[in-house]
This record gives sequence, structure tokens and C-alpha cells, in this order.
Amino acid sequence: MSATETIARLSRRQVAWRAAQDILDGWYVNLGIGLPTLAANFVPADREVVFHSENGLLGVGPYPKPGEENPDLINATKEFVTLLPGASVFKHSDSFTIIRGGHLDLAMLGAFEVSKDGDLANWTTEDLRFPPGVGGAMDLAVGAKRIWILMEHTTRKGESKIRNACGYPLTAAGVVTRIYTDLAVIDVTPDGLLVRDMAEGLTPDALQALTEAPLSFAADVKVLTAPAVE
Amino acid sequence: MIDKRIPTLEEAVAGIEDGSTILAAGFGAAGVPTQLIHALLDQGARDLTVVSNNAGSGRDGLAALIAAGRVKRIVCSYPRTSGSVVFEEFYARGEIELELVPQGTMSERMRCAAAGLGGFYSPVSVGTKLAEGKEVREIDGRIYVLEMPLQGDVALIHAAKADRWGNLTYTLSSRNFAPDMAMAARLTIVQTEEMVELGDLDPDHIVTPGIFVDRLVHVGKNA
Repeated sequence: MSATETIARLSRRQVAWRAAQDILDGWYVNLGIGLPTLAANFVPADREVVFHSENGLLGVGPYPKPGEENPDLINATKEFVTLLPGASVFKHSDSFTIIRGGHLDLAMLGAFEVSKDGDLANWTTEDLRFPPGVGGAMDLAVGAKRIWILMEHTTRKGESKIRNACGYPLTAAGVVTRIYTDLAVIDVTPDGLLVRDMAEGLTPDALQALTEAPLSFAADVKVLTAPAVE
Repeated sequence: MIDKRIPTLEEAVAGIEDGSTILAAGFGAAGVPTQLIHALLDQGARDLTVVSNNAGSGRDGLAALIAAGRVKRIVCSYPRTSGSVVFEEFYARGEIELELVPQGTMSERMRCAAAGLGGFYSPVSVGTKLAEGKEVREIDGRIYVLEMPLQGDVALIHAAKADRWGNLTYTLSSRNFAPDMAMAARLTIVQTEEMVELGDLDPDHIVTPGIFVDRLVHVGKNA
């Protein structure tokens, strides 16, 4: 991978920043654990976006200041959070009515793998040392209007996470609509994977070489860039 | 006169039988009826099936009930959380059964039981390991699996405020599973931070109407 040094790969925070630029004013959004959660920090200030948490919150705000944590106010990751003016609280079955019933504009999730058909594997690697857990992963995957995946393009071993078929157990089939990685922004379309943005220093052939599933390229592929974000 | 108040935790959990299905409210540490769970521990019922989003953390509450060997089976969406050591030990030794349920399916199965329905078709888990063995049906071109109602024998609930009729309010994310569980059990037992006079709760603000509540015990704020 000698070419790696010349590729302008995004950092994890930059991937979150890049995805956040595509969240539109007025959207109701659920952010998954990890990389997607970071995106809340990078939504452009002129857009009003309402964040949903599975445990029954709409209008989730930033983390509280030290000393101002409220044990009755946590998010789905069990972190202390705050609520913004206009927030609401509701019971669990209402929260999943919001999710399952297609009322969220977007769920931004992490993944182990995504297939060329938009299949998603993000709930278990079948590590038998530990009991499995699914949480709300399957509900979100089939429920939100858009499923955007934020993940590294390849594993630490350099294997493609965008595959012809998922190797890990499925969370849901055919649900992913867009993938943001450190190397590219890719739409999942009925005709296959379509690259919209690509990191500087990559050619279509070089990106394809890092991607198991076949890619096609938009006529106006843009350079994948993000500012240095803290 | 209707008065669901019970003087002690011991009396509040009296009569829970071996083999009962217990709906235990709470998400993370918010809204967990810890004192009722400890009272159940003292009460002695065994071979319990516990329905709870998480499988306990640390050594208190649900973790203590599991550690005492009293839980035969847990129905749960996310058993492994930080500090879920007791559950993990029992699971590794094959001493507890796990039924893993997608989180929204779990609450909807309880809501379904509460509403007197015989089940529902859900698009969640279609084509995954968690749908294995379930009836599949196509409705208007979409594939669904049949999910069955989940009825509790007992619900253990933590409320913010209660009156003697059992009308309840909750605080913020401590509400979570409580309203669904309170509706879905044959015997609903509530621990409350505050006991108020009948009429003090604004009817517009009551979340769980007292019809769903059987027993109330006042435990104070730092429950």
C-alpha cells in the first residue's frame, strides 16, 4: 500500500463532519453509537435539526457541563445529555413507533460491512466469548427514511468493508442509501454503488482496488475534503 | 375507597410466585426500580423470567438477582453493557437463558399484550438470525415477521410521582419502558419518589393512569 501516503484520507472526525454537511434543515435524525454521534457537533449552524434517542427523547442537546449531569437524563448510549428548548419525552413504544413507522428523516449508523445491494451488518461479529446484543440496530435499519453509514473504508488489515455480500450476520437487507468513508462518499442505487466524492490522490482504479464491490463513478465526482476539525 | 399504597417494600412484593415473568423497567441506570428488585431478592421467588432492556450492571439490582441464581431466563435487547459482569459469567457457564429481541420489538410485544392483541407483523429482523423460525408474511409487497405478545405476571416500575389511585408521572428518560411495562403485567408494582394527594397531579400530565397500577410504595428521591 505504498500509495497510501499520497491519499488525503479523512480522519474519523472529518468523516463525521462531511456527513453532517448533508443533513438538511428541519430533519429529525437518529445518530448511532461512535462515529455517527460525532456528527451532531458539525451540523451547519443555520440548520435546525432535531436529534432522537431510542430511549424516548426528541431534541437532544450537547453533553452537560461537569457537575450538571442529571441521572434521569441519558441517551441511548447511556451518556448524560441535555435537552434543547422544544424537546419532548415519550415512552419506549412511542420512540420505536417513530423509528419503525418511517418518521425519522435519517439514521446515521456505523457498520462492520455494507454490501453492494445496501445490506447492512452492524450488530454482531459472532464473537462467542460474549453474549450477543442487538439493541435498536434492526429497528433503525428498517425504519428511517434514509440510512447513511459512516465507517472506515477498509478494516485494519486493509480488507474492504464494502463487499459483494456481507460476511457477518445481517442487520437488515437492502436498506443502506449512502456510505461515508475516509476515502469516498458512495450512493447505493438500484444500479449499484455510485461514487459521489473521492479523496484526493485516488483514481477510480485505485479506489476500486480498495473496494470489493464494483463501483461506478458519477460524471462530476467531487474531491472528498473536510476542514481540520477538533 | 381506592388506596393502592402499601407501607413496606416487603408487603409490596408479597405473593410473587416461582416461575413468574417479571417486567423490570429501566434503561441503563435511569428508571430502574432497584429497591423493588432488592425486595424481590429478599422475597425469594425463583426460576424467574426477567424482561429488561439490559441484563444488569455492577452487583446491585438485576445483577444481584442473577448472582443469587434466581433468574432462569432473560428477555433482553442489549445484555452486554459496561459492568454487566454477573450476567456474562452466568451466560458463559450456561446458567442463564437469553432471548435476544430487537429493542422496539420488545416494547411493542408488551404494548400488544397490554392492548389485548394476539401479535403483530413487523418488518424488523426480516432476513436475519433473529427471525429464524418465525412466521413470515407479505403485506402490500413488504415482508414481515409475526411477533407474539409479551405478557408479564409482574411489572416493577419506578415513578417520580404517584397518588393513591396509582396515577403516575416520570422524570425525563427515566420514563423509558415503564409505561409499556406497567400496562402489560397482571400485577403492577410501583416504587415512587414522591407520593402526592389525589388531585395534585394535573390530569393532562399523568402518563400512566392508575387503572394499570396495583401496588404503590413510597421510597423517596434517592431510590
